[in-house]
Amino acid sequence: MEQELKIKILIVDDEVELAEILEERLNFRGFYAKSVVDHIQAIREAEKTKYDVALIDVKLKGMNGIELMKLLLEMNPELKVILFTGHGSEGEGKRGLESGAVRYLFKPIDLEKLISEINDILKS
Amino acid sequence: MKPNNQKVWGSNSEQEYRKLFRISVSIMILVSIAPLVVLTAVNYYQYRKTYEIDVINPLTRQINNLRNNLESFVQERISVLKYIANFYSAEDLKSPVLLNKLFSSLRNSFGGFVDLGVIDSSGLQINYIGVYNLLGKNYKMQDWFNKTIFEGVNVSDVFFGYRGVPHFSISVYKPLQNGDFLIVRASINSDVLTGKIIEAEIPKETDIFLVNRNGYLQTNSKFNGKILEKCPFELPEVSKKTEISQTYDKKGKELYLIHTSITDTPFILVEVSPAESLWSNWLKNRNQLLVFMFISVVLIVIAAFWGSNRFVRAIKERDLQAAQMMHEIEYTNKMASIGRLAAGVSHEINNPLSIINENAGLVSDILQKMDYFPEKERIQKCISSILRNVERCSKITHQLLGFAKRMEPNVELINLNEFVNEIVGFVSKEAKLKNVSIEIENYGNESLQINSDRGLLQQVFINILNNSIEAVSEGGRIFISFKPSGDDKVEINIIDNGKGISEKDLPHIFEPFFTTKKGYGTGLGLSITYGIVKKLGGEIFVESKVNEGTKFTLIFPQNYNPIYGTGT
Repeated sequence: MEQELKIKILIVDDEVELAEILEERLNFRGFYAKSVVDHIQAIREAEKTKYDVALIDVKLKGMNGIELMKLLLEMNPELKVILFTGHGSEGEGKRGLESGAVRYLFKPIDLEKLISEINDILKS
Repeated sequence: MKPNNQKVWGSNSEQEYRKLFRISVSIMILVSIAPLVVLTAVNYYQYRKTYEIDVINPLTRQINNLRNNLESFVQERISVLKYIANFYSAEDLKSPVLLNKLFSSLRNSFGGFVDLGVIDSSGLQINYIGVYNLLGKNYKMQDWFNKTIFEGVNVSDVFFGYRGVPHFSISVYKPLQNGDFLIVRASINSDVLTGKIIEAEIPKETDIFLVNRNGYLQTNSKFNGKILEKCPFELPEVSKKTEISQTYDKKGKELYLIHTSITDTPFILVEVSPAESLWSNWLKNRNQLLVFMFISVVLIVIAAFWGSNRFVRAIKERDLQAAQMMHEIEYTNKMASIGRLAAGVSHEINNPLSIINENAGLVSDILQKMDYFPEKERIQKCISSILRNVERCSKITHQLLGFAKRMEPNVELINLNEFVNEIVGFVSKEAKLKNVSIEIENYGNESLQINSDRGLLQQVFINILNNSIEAVSEGGRIFISFKPSGDDKVEINIIDNGKGISEKDLPHIFEPFFTTKKGYGTGLGLSITYGIVKKLGGEIFVESKVNEGTKFTLIFPQNYNPIYGTGT
């Protein structure tokens, strides 16, 4: 019941350690966060649970983050996607925005900024 | 990248260009002058030969005519004497009356006869008609007497004889039936021969005369002595044919000697012509030919120098262009590799940085939730430090990524105020090391904006600023200002108070490999800068005074359109 009220966030990053620590931090801050390391797990997770927000690394092994985003949006059009990238290519970020992402952030991510972005997105 | 152990494009030294110039000049001169000289030489000799024929032929013709004339004169007289000898009997010939009659008819019909005589086999003149009283003279010992006996006919040399007047004689042998013989002999005044020669119209400077086979003059000559004097020229072997030979007079003047012998006489007709007068036309022509050749040679040499100069200059320019291009490519390639490396490194570093960041963040979160934790503040301080330094690292990786991104040509709207401040940030560390202050004068309240390639523009500014920082001494100043120029251009000035550039070096500073930083400069920085400015459709100017400073002026279009941009 408690879980139902929380904002649900799916974290997709092939950097396992990073995905896990983000998950832990967001959970600590009162979100329901779940981390996965590839697109297969991500799709499986999205089938199970209806997430509010997805944090997706642009560079994923196996499938590009933007392609994954498109798949997830097809499954759940209400999903808000934030892309993040360690690559820093503005071009890729812009392409992500055009394809349906609501934000893109550079690594390393400032958690306070991320939380305020999430709140912003869900308010609107 | 030591410039001295590398053979690079366009690094041909002045010496090599000079060598190329010399080779080019030599080849051009050789190729054009050699055929000219050969042609002129061939022409010269052919011309001379033709001329020789033209000059000699008339002379030969003239002398042949004269010879024929003299020959027929003598032959006529021989014939008539032969006729007399054959037609009349010995008795007739001994008759003074007949001889007188014959003599007067000879004088009337033929002329030239001075006397007529008949000599018997003992050499005694037995009958004689003439102006002198020579009857009874004995000629047995005379040369002509014996020759007549052997040869039948004899024409004698000119001699003075008993009478002291120059003349020659014609004698004809008449055999008698009893084995005895008579000789009919007539004397002819040699003035007649002189007259014949004078009759032939000969040029002033030409001398014609007769000599005998011993080289004694048989007539008076214009320039070469009186009758019976020795001829000053040695004649080559006498033949029937007309011969031409060259000789020199006492003064060393070149002479043409034409001579021919007169049949049945001891006479040789000689013509002496000074070569100079004969060749005056030829000399004129020859001089023209030589002047023509000289002028041609001068023109060829001028053309060769001019052409070679242009040729070498063109090659030099090409070399420079090629070198500039090569180095732009090299530089771009190098930057692209660095860019890829930077992108890879920053990507790899960003993930661990993120993990550090998140872990520190989590610790901080946990700490904040706890009311009491021993040394809470100290740990909190440590975490702040970790987070601060992670941010520093993150800034560096972002800058690296920014640099990598610059390699992709990309026109964007650039705010010049911000842009220049950012650039100054890049070089601030070096400036600080040298205690150099960099001031920026912002234009008005509104910030100027241009559409251009950020990365390329950054390279231009960094290159110029690095040069300026290099040029100023400790505590120097660099001043950057910008303003609109015309309707759609922006002018940026970068002024320093450094050591300046000498007047001699100033025209070369944008050339590749030109450097005043002996030993450590590649001489490429400003040449690349120049290339980029051109590429961005801009212009770059430099003014400088030694020990006062240098001013770079950059003019860029406000809207750079790569399609229409100048440069390659």
